[in-house]
Amino acid sequence: MSGDPALFEIVWLSLQVSGVALLISTTVGIPIGAALAMSRFTGRRLLIVLLYTGMGFPPVVVGLFVYLMLSHSGPLGSLNSALIPALFTPGAMVVAQSIIAFPLVAGFTMTAVLGVDPGLRLQIQSLGATRWQTALTVLVEARIGVIVAMIAGFGGIISEVGAVMLVGGNVEGSTRVLTTAIVLETRKGDFELAIALGLILIGITFLINIAMLRLQGRTTEI
Amino acid sequence: MSTSALPGNEQCYELREVTKQYGGRRVLDITTLDIRRGEIVVLVGPSGAGKSTLLRMLNFLEPPTSGCIRYHGIASCADQRVPLEARRRVTTVWQRPILLKRSVEANIRFGLQLRGRRDSTRQVRQALEQVGLCALAQQQARTLSGGEAQRVALARAMVLDPDVLLLDEPTANLDPYNVGLIEDAVRGCNHEKGTTIVWVTHNVFQARRLAHRVALLLDGRVVEFAEASAFFDTPQDPRTAAFVRGKMVY
Repeated sequence: MSGDPALFEIVWLSLQVSGVALLISTTVGIPIGAALAMSRFTGRRLLIVLLYTGMGFPPVVVGLFVYLMLSHSGPLGSLNSALIPALFTPGAMVVAQSIIAFPLVAGFTMTAVLGVDPGLRLQIQSLGATRWQTALTVLVEARIGVIVAMIAGFGGIISEVGAVMLVGGNVEGSTRVLTTAIVLETRKGDFELAIALGLILIGITFLINIAMLRLQGRTTEI
Repeated sequence: MSTSALPGNEQCYELREVTKQYGGRRVLDITTLDIRRGEIVVLVGPSGAGKSTLLRMLNFLEPPTSGCIRYHGIASCADQRVPLEARRRVTTVWQRPILLKRSVEANIRFGLQLRGRRDSTRQVRQALEQVGLCALAQQQARTLSGGEAQRVALARAMVLDPDVLLLDEPTANLDPYNVGLIEDAVRGCNHEKGTTIVWVTHNVFQARRLAHRVALLLDGRVVEFAEASAFFDTPQDPRTAAFVRGKMVY
């Protein structure tokens, strides 16, 4: 299988879809997780319960939800907007994976920020920090936990199969990613290729975790 | 008796009918309290007297529930916040310093960075010298001893060159060597730069060493506020006399 362009395409699409989904979920999830940890408002507890529920939500159900939303007769699909991705496209897979990763990123970020000494905020403010400077500093102090949140989010989506199968459709050359390719090759009885794809998936996950841990090690030395 | 510079008559803080309540419980009730620019005021009193609450309000971290605190004429009231620029002229050193997970130098530079000052090497170096920590500039703050951490906290406050330095029992858990270092640094800051100091302590001997004026707080009220010599030698209130004689046990 070495040098197989179809294989590279599958690996590249897997990284692209999960990478973009992680970027979206991180952009949304980190501020929301930090805000939930640092703010007190009515309904906060309910939001936290919903977030924790989302962390354990079956990805395939998320896939079903996105499928219903994006299908031609669904509330979003029927709008025919260029901003809304169609079913069986990488865009639809990104949407599903972003929803799956969001509660993981936000939830772990919230826990990390809650772990920062609560007295720090007052001391930062007494040094002249604005609200935003205080929030950013606390987030930077919780950086190890935030990196763990990103690792958890990426781990949750790169290895996910149910949702991407539903909304992507495993279309060769278009929406086939590593996990859906493994399912397909196993069904076809090509266990050798399925195992090889599995090893690549494990390798990618391993390398990304190593990179994140190196980054974590560097940030603790600042 | 303090060797610090004598303060002028210009008012730094003016508190009038200031109260603070938490959940309906009144923790501070000050009819009137004036702090002059450039003086060292020491607040003494038992735990729960409202000393730390008062410091937080003097740093504008919390507004009064009623009444107003005027800082050089700028009002901090329940419905009126102090502008950031004025808030940044006041800073606090806390009993338990919480340092950032960065180097000693980076911790000291932090407040200057908040103010957008990039070229701060000279000030940081000077602050390190003031607290005797030049040798530890690159060390991680989390590896410091309690005394060293408190000196970093003092340096990160002094580097900002504040008009007012508030200290909330900064030497409560320190050995005599570190206590002496911190007292000298704060006294120097007051003497050389005219910084107004408000220092909270349980230690009557420390109050004698440092204060121009001393205030005794009990149950959120100022029992007596007088020049240090008068406070210790001829107290007007029997509770002050008891405190001076060490009869109040904390």
